[in-house]
Amino acid sequence: MTTGMIGRKLGMMRVFDGSGRVRGVTVIELGPNYVTQVRTPDRDGYSAVQLAFSGRRKRLTQAQRGHLRKAGLERETLTALKEYRVDDSSGYSLGQVLNCAQFEPGTFVDLTATSKGRGWAGGVKRWNFRGGPKTHGQSDRHRAPGSLGAGTTPGRVYKGQKMAGHMGDEVVTVLNCLVVATDPERNLLFVQGSVPGPRTSIVSVRNARRPALKAYTPPVFPTAEVEAVIDEAEPVEDAEQMAEQNAEGAAEQSEAQE
Amino acid sequence: MAAINLTDLAQPRPAHLPALPEFGAGDTVRVQARVVEGDRERLQPFEGVVIRVKNGPAGNFTVRRIASGIGVERTFPFNSPRLEAVAVTRKGRVRRSRLYYLRGRTGRAARVKEARRG
Repeated sequence: MTTGMIGRKLGMMRVFDGSGRVRGVTVIELGPNYVTQVRTPDRDGYSAVQLAFSGRRKRLTQAQRGHLRKAGLERETLTALKEYRVDDSSGYSLGQVLNCAQFEPGTFVDLTATSKGRGWAGGVKRWNFRGGPKTHGQSDRHRAPGSLGAGTTPGRVYKGQKMAGHMGDEVVTVLNCLVVATDPERNLLFVQGSVPGPRTSIVSVRNARRPALKAYTPPVFPTAEVEAVIDEAEPVEDAEQMAEQNAEGAAEQSEAQE
Repeated sequence: MAAINLTDLAQPRPAHLPALPEFGAGDTVRVQARVVEGDRERLQPFEGVVIRVKNGPAGNFTVRRIASGIGVERTFPFNSPRLEAVAVTRKGRVRRSRLYYLRGRTGRAARVKEARRG
């Protein structure tokens, strides 16, 4: 039984897989995570473990410190307390250390993180509006949102109308990210593709709820069978001969039609 | 705890492959690349002028050649397991690091002077 885990996004790099394909991966520093509280059905009504991520200095409130002290884990680098539901929490104990070894390469994980804040963004950036024409006498309309709706009927703007507003800095979950590799020694998880949020931000990783059947596989060069043409095409001796061959081919074709 | 530098994680060139020679833009090289054809793998040579070298943990280089009258450029990552070997067949003397100007030229105009020895 595995729990989710708390990690930190380190950034992106690329990795060659076994057959020489390049995969763009995000590196997540995953753990060590410490068990700071165990929830049991008897006491709490459900099973879960609360984890803390180690490796990032952050001031904690007195209440949080007291909570960690109770678990015997008071130290400066613990942060980002988070609870993960498990089927049976009896196998976990306070202070237990979890690392990224519980995630297997080739499986899928779901990632939850806070996306990069974009501030107050206009409709073009936030909703992919097209904006107005660039030319033909336009002024001040290049990135305008356009019409918000009809006129007297309904006489109001519908709720949920896409408009400018705050964008980003929201919790985003990315489903089914392929685990390309793990490095338990250095507590690293390599996940294919991008992950929400800036570098050094906290990322929550869990086993995929609805795993994909198949991962996206980048193509192997050459992506089409064109090599034979370039390498083995015979040099053209002279144009006349080629014209002859073409004429013959055409004649054969017309014969076949008859 | 010190942050991990991602460039330290970059994969090196596979150890079982021969080391690559030194070469730069303007040199003519013969690259042996692994190519999968159906269920068969073979080495495919690709010979041409290096027009660009990008260094760093994810470095690569681009080789340009004229194949059947058509300019073909192929970019090889230095640390790709599919890059079997590189042989320098000619040292070129060039005054810039990116030889993109070769793209607009054909025939005699697209030549690179050979470097003088010593």
